[in-house]
Amino acid sequence: MPGNFVTIKGLKFRFNDRWIFDDVDLEIPKGKITAVMGPSGTGKTTLLRLIGGQLCPEGGTIDVDGDNIHNLSRKNLYRVRKKMGMLFQSGALFSNLNVFDNVAFPLREHTNLTEEMIRDLVLIKLEAVGLRGAAGLMTSELSGGMSRRVALARAIALDPQMIMYDEPLTGQDPITMGVLVQLIKMLNDNLGLTSIIVSHDVKEIASIADYVYLLSDGKVIAHDIPEALFHSDEPHAKQFMQGLPDGPVPFHYPSIDLEKELFSERKS
Amino acid sequence: MRKAIQNFGRIGVQFMEGFGRSGYVLFRSLFRKPDFKHGFTCLVEQIYNEGVLSLSIIVVSGLFIGMVLGLQGYNILEKFGTTEALGQLVALSVVRELGPVVAALLFAGRAGSALTAEIGLMKATDQLSMMEMMAVDPLQRIISPRLWAGFISLPILATIFSAVAIYGGYLVGVKWLGVDAGAFWSGMQSNVSFRIDILNGIIKSLFFGVAVTWVAVFQGYDCVPTAEGISRATTRSVVYASLVILGLDFILTAMMLGGW
Repeated sequence: MPGNFVTIKGLKFRFNDRWIFDDVDLEIPKGKITAVMGPSGTGKTTLLRLIGGQLCPEGGTIDVDGDNIHNLSRKNLYRVRKKMGMLFQSGALFSNLNVFDNVAFPLREHTNLTEEMIRDLVLIKLEAVGLRGAAGLMTSELSGGMSRRVALARAIALDPQMIMYDEPLTGQDPITMGVLVQLIKMLNDNLGLTSIIVSHDVKEIASIADYVYLLSDGKVIAHDIPEALFHSDEPHAKQFMQGLPDGPVPFHYPSIDLEKELFSERKS
Repeated sequence: MRKAIQNFGRIGVQFMEGFGRSGYVLFRSLFRKPDFKHGFTCLVEQIYNEGVLSLSIIVVSGLFIGMVLGLQGYNILEKFGTTEALGQLVALSVVRELGPVVAALLFAGRAGSALTAEIGLMKATDQLSMMEMMAVDPLQRIISPRLWAGFISLPILATIFSAVAIYGGYLVGVKWLGVDAGAFWSGMQSNVSFRIDILNGIIKSLFFGVAVTWVAVFQGYDCVPTAEGISRATTRSVVYASLVILGLDFILTAMMLGGW
């Protein structure tokens, strides 16, 4: 079905005096995997929180499935959030619950299903991420990769229409990375989801993304299919996609002249 | 001078902002449609965490405080030859003041700090954000049961504290120092009023329960979500709660003695 699940127009957002987004336009098409990439500190996670309605922009609009997310009442915001799943970088599993209860949590909160049906659904979701055997484990017994897979099972528990992934591959070994990449692709295709992935693991994410947005300095600096971005001549896109240490994103954090700083320190 | 006034003003504004935020959290956590489906289980779980797990420290402290009161009281009363008034002295000290106040201070140190650290850690590990994203209000699911559990637990703990402290006074006064058991209990019975002494003590502990739990959950909910932020919030929780208990105690005592 054509159309966009999320449409962002003229987004403006700042932390204190620093503009994180300055007039950003972005479209997330339905049924596709859209990657949002950019150097650290460009506000990728902030973007997901804005889409989820956890933060309010200074200007612009964010429409999620036809609703302007920031004009909704709390009740309607929660109605829209039931269409979304989110995978936080840490997994954000509830540490007082075991794996089974973590996945069952949204089902118990939002449905009136019997415990038998919840059990079956949880086991199906855990089977989808390959962790049915870990249902009885506590979250402290899981590795980082397993935590994210459990969080993924929990994110799809209510069969959402869209999933947002916040740095799903950060700090993972190559095997876990491969597993997670395949899971994201498989879930998106098999469940007909819309996926937004925020990441800076360029090669892995580019291998499954249908479209990529590159963010830097509060702007969308490039957007295209991954193949085209790899061959882009745009300096920001080139530096990021090819992992060059220096370029438009400087190696040095802004500072006063080294000689001046050393001299002033000696004087004081 | 100008800078000092500016800083003073800034601290005042920050305090009022924090007070406003904490009032908002309290209002939204308490005044809402009750969720019986999940709420009752969460409440029982929290009463166990906050109340039952604080029982040992309350009982042991109560016993020792009662014993010390018995010993000190006996030594003073002996000078006037009125050791039979020991029961009355111990009971009134404990029921009116020491029971509610010391139980609340211990509760702030044991359960309050644990609440702040737990909620702070949930915030730092995105568990509260995750709940929001799952369309579950953390104020209802996490904060509200903890608040109600604190309101219910502390008056019960303070009552247990007082009972154990009186028993501690009895052990030292009657069993060890030889005060007449009949005089000990009858003095207590005839001089301790249910309404003026016991009920007022319970009312105090109710106020302390609200204050301690409110401070503890808000400090956790509002903390900077880092290791240092949680540690500072936990310290603040115990310090603020202790000061509020002592300040409130003075106000409540003044109101109660003033014929309220």
